[in-house]
Amino acid sequence: MAKALVFIDNPGAALKKSSLELLTIARSLGEAVVAVNGELHDDVAASLGAHGASVIYRPSATDLDDYLVAPKAAYLAAAVEATGAGIVLLENTADGKEIAARLGVKLNAGVITDVVGVDADGTAHKSVLAGSYTTTAKARTAVAVLTVKPNSVDVDAPAAANTPEAVTIDVPADATANAARVTGRAEKPASGRPELTEARIVVAGGRGVDGDFGPLEELADALGGALGASRAATDAGWIGHDYQVGQTGKTVSPQLYISAGISGAIQQKAGMQTSKVIVAINKDAESPIFEIADFGIIGDLFKVVPQATEEIKKRKG
Amino acid sequence: MKIVVLVKHVPDAQFDRHLTGPGNTTDRDESILSELDEYALEAALQLSEARGGAKAGNEVIALSMGPAGAVNAIKKSLQIGASSGAHLSDDALAGSDAAATSLALAAAIRYLGADSPVDLVLTGMASTDGETSLVPAQLAERLGLPQVTFASSLEVDGDRVLARRDGDAHADTVEATLPALVSVTDQINEPRYPNFKGILAAKKKKITALTLADIGVDAAQVGAAGSLTAVETAEARPPRTAGTIITDEGDAGIKLVEFLAAQKLL
Repeated sequence: MAKALVFIDNPGAALKKSSLELLTIARSLGEAVVAVNGELHDDVAASLGAHGASVIYRPSATDLDDYLVAPKAAYLAAAVEATGAGIVLLENTADGKEIAARLGVKLNAGVITDVVGVDADGTAHKSVLAGSYTTTAKARTAVAVLTVKPNSVDVDAPAAANTPEAVTIDVPADATANAARVTGRAEKPASGRPELTEARIVVAGGRGVDGDFGPLEELADALGGALGASRAATDAGWIGHDYQVGQTGKTVSPQLYISAGISGAIQQKAGMQTSKVIVAINKDAESPIFEIADFGIIGDLFKVVPQATEEIKKRKG
Repeated sequence: MKIVVLVKHVPDAQFDRHLTGPGNTTDRDESILSELDEYALEAALQLSEARGGAKAGNEVIALSMGPAGAVNAIKKSLQIGASSGAHLSDDALAGSDAAATSLALAAAIRYLGADSPVDLVLTGMASTDGETSLVPAQLAERLGLPQVTFASSLEVDGDRVLARRDGDAHADTVEATLPALVSVTDQINEPRYPNFKGILAAKKKKITALTLADIGVDAAQVGAAGSLTAVETAEARPPRTAGTIITDEGDAGIKLVEFLAAQKLL
């Protein structure tokens, strides 16, 4: 049976949904093993076991977070060699893609990013050119390295408790030799909302919000969704760049995308047009966003959005 | 300071783009200098100018790999202010994936550093066509350079590179020693436009044409043959169609919630 190695960087106090999705894909391909970096809490280890991990690998070094990307790739390369895994799964984040990139060079392995599904034979499905094409791609090498986007699969329910074997991987001594050092780290304040790229629902605002994201925040919170923005809104300084959805920002693919006061120029469409359902609210009936909206409202967002928020609160009691 | 900036000729994202080239590759007819590479070029020009520019021996080389048309991305870079260009072009490169691309570019950068060493390799955060962000990290790995990627600020002090990297959960300050590879985000600066003087000056600047033989790379290592991944199928996604559009008559918020309820999204 093929072995699939899942990399989980700093799992923290509880496993993220995206980590469980990677484990689900790994199990669908064969035997799932996990390489963790950072602290590993007992209940996280138990949860990894319950979700099918047969072995948990950990690095011999504890300072990998003090460097940018490179030593984590060295650790993972050693883990792949120790396990004989044929497929490596990572998160599709900036760090995940770069670790995958370097791992690919180290192992002479094909790397495929932005994956949304993996077939039993290792064929990866992805959407490219800002969602205008879907492709299938396959590594031509003994090892395949895939970075998988969040919300790509439904997480399997945990199976019977199983205690995974714990194995330490020796990180090569020269892993940090040519690496950039992280000299300072400022945690960003938590918004209490789901992460934009992982959220089931995204409420996004553009030029039309005219500096006031208040009504959209209230709607996002009533729906349990994340907040997003167009480039016009982030460039105007109304909201942080982290919230930008689009060609040069984040690509999202939620179940529901509510666009308010966004014209829907191609730069914005590139980041959200693979959303399952798109709702648009805009004063201008000519806005291109209405060409792709499943439900469009020509109207004033400052009237429509608060009314919708009230109605949702009423229904949810 | 000798800086190599990687520039890519990509289909203009303002228009429809297609995967109708051979082997499911991108159709490059309506192509431009990748917007995200302009930030890397601007960062390079600022570093050069802060050290006295070309007069003080600073060099900014715009390197592009791609078919004949890619020379346009280099010409645009020269108009904006790069001091010279290098165009790696070879039929055998067609269909290269990130692994093959980074292998060829690493060899080209070594070639450009043969007479005097390259201090800094600068790139954008991603190409606006492939969008994988793999090539900068793979280049750093192949060249054995410290990797400082997704920099939203950049300073070079002596041989120390200081940068800020904004992640989703935290912002890091990162430090490395030259020579290094740095990729920059679109938050780092405001790229300049070419002016009339720059456009005239560009005509006199040199573009070195490079082939695989020049940089010592075997044709079997690159292109579709040397790639470690293959795109097997490519299908245009059916265009989205407009659904129900209503005009607010005072109850559109309620109707919106009714729509969400009917779609089981509440």
